[in-house]
Amino acid sequence: MTAYACPGCGYVYDETVGHPREGFPAGTGWDDVPDDWACPDCAVREKVDFEPVGAGTT
Amino acid sequence: MASEVLANQPDGQVQPPDWRDPKRHLWLLGMVIPLLGVAAWGLVELTGWRGLWWFGPMFVLVLVPVIDLLVGRDAQNPPEDALAGLEEDRYYRWITYLFLPAQYATLVWGCWALTSFGLPLLDRVGLAVTIGCIAGIGINTAHELGHKREQHEKWLAKVALAQPFYGHFFIEHNRGHHTRVATPEDPASARLGEVVYEFWPRSVIGSLTNAWRLEQVRLTRKDGSLWTIRNDVLNAWLMSVVLWGGLCLVFGPGLLPFLVLQAVVGVLLLESVNYLEHYGLRRHRVDGGRYEKVDPSHSWNSNNIATNVLLYHLQRHSDHHTNPVRRYQSLRDFPESPVLPTGYAGMIVLSLLPWAWRKVMDPRVVAHFGGDVSRANLHPRNRQRVLRRYSA
Repeated sequence: MTAYACPGCGYVYDETVGHPREGFPAGTGWDDVPDDWACPDCAVREKVDFEPVGAGTT
Repeated sequence: MASEVLANQPDGQVQPPDWRDPKRHLWLLGMVIPLLGVAAWGLVELTGWRGLWWFGPMFVLVLVPVIDLLVGRDAQNPPEDALAGLEEDRYYRWITYLFLPAQYATLVWGCWALTSFGLPLLDRVGLAVTIGCIAGIGINTAHELGHKREQHEKWLAKVALAQPFYGHFFIEHNRGHHTRVATPEDPASARLGEVVYEFWPRSVIGSLTNAWRLEQVRLTRKDGSLWTIRNDVLNAWLMSVVLWGGLCLVFGPGLLPFLVLQAVVGVLLLESVNYLEHYGLRRHRVDGGRYEKVDPSHSWNSNNIATNVLLYHLQRHSDHHTNPVRRYQSLRDFPESPVLPTGYAGMIVLSLLPWAWRKVMDPRVVAHFGGDVSRANLHPRNRQRVLRRYSA
């Protein structure tokens, strides 16, 4: 599983955790998150701006 | 003190303990706002002049702008290495939390005064408008709280928004306005040539429909059910229904028109601030048709100290839009960002006079774009006229 960080505020989307409130249950892969999904914390950056923070992150 | 906090960074780095926040105690002045209602009563009692039931709008639209002009600008910016310590210092968040009990104590007191003082209608309207000013500035407190990651702060934001019946604001503002700011698609970004009286309905209706759409997208992804208590638009409105219903049960149904009036005043105060925050500014499309990243050039700022303190640094708006999760005490003034001629409070007054507003602001927007007005966010209605006027 991989995690991706918002370059604006540091929020991390971790595939193992997902974001259930936003409708992405635990285990939802990054590929299943829509491209225009904005960072749930700052909303300044969108999915395509996120940067991987490394494999195996939990 | 802030310096003690600075010395204990979570990452083990020791920060220089020599910087102290000069506004640390000034932030307590924000508590003046919820007291405006009781202050109005006290002033009427003291002077015998009943016009002072209108003390709320007098304070926001006359006194604060005059103090801004007299006291001038706020020279203080927290240094970069003080930001982490400021963010972690819980003293600052307690100031915003304490606004709420004061806001609601004043609301209940106001409802009691409206229904049992035997005031003439004009005085009751004045008191309701004063309470509405508190509700409007309460939306600013809700704005500060609603941007935070902590769930209890998001909940407190909803509580503050229950009074003006504007709970959908924290959904649309955070996930709508912040993503589309300074674009023609954003209902809460004013266009050059748009007068405040046409901006109000566009922003109010656009924000409402967009909040609903955002919840629709989110809940459809979850399990498809929109008519649920988990819909943040519905649960925020339910809070208002319970609050207003409870107040009308206690103080009688005759209170309802005054609750509506204070909500309208609060919302229009907020929307007037929305109007001036991004007037005419526009982000450009970059490769792939996306809008460029939000940066300090996309918000109008002001750094007058009275409004800075009363609105929790809302006027350091460029930093807020660049770093929306950042707490109010850590926001900084960027000298290179667009600057309004006076504080937000004074600019609200100017916006109510569209001719004067455009005389002051349109040339500033044009100058901001280096004389090329076609790069501004233009109102379609007078686009051609504006282009002709400023391209000569």
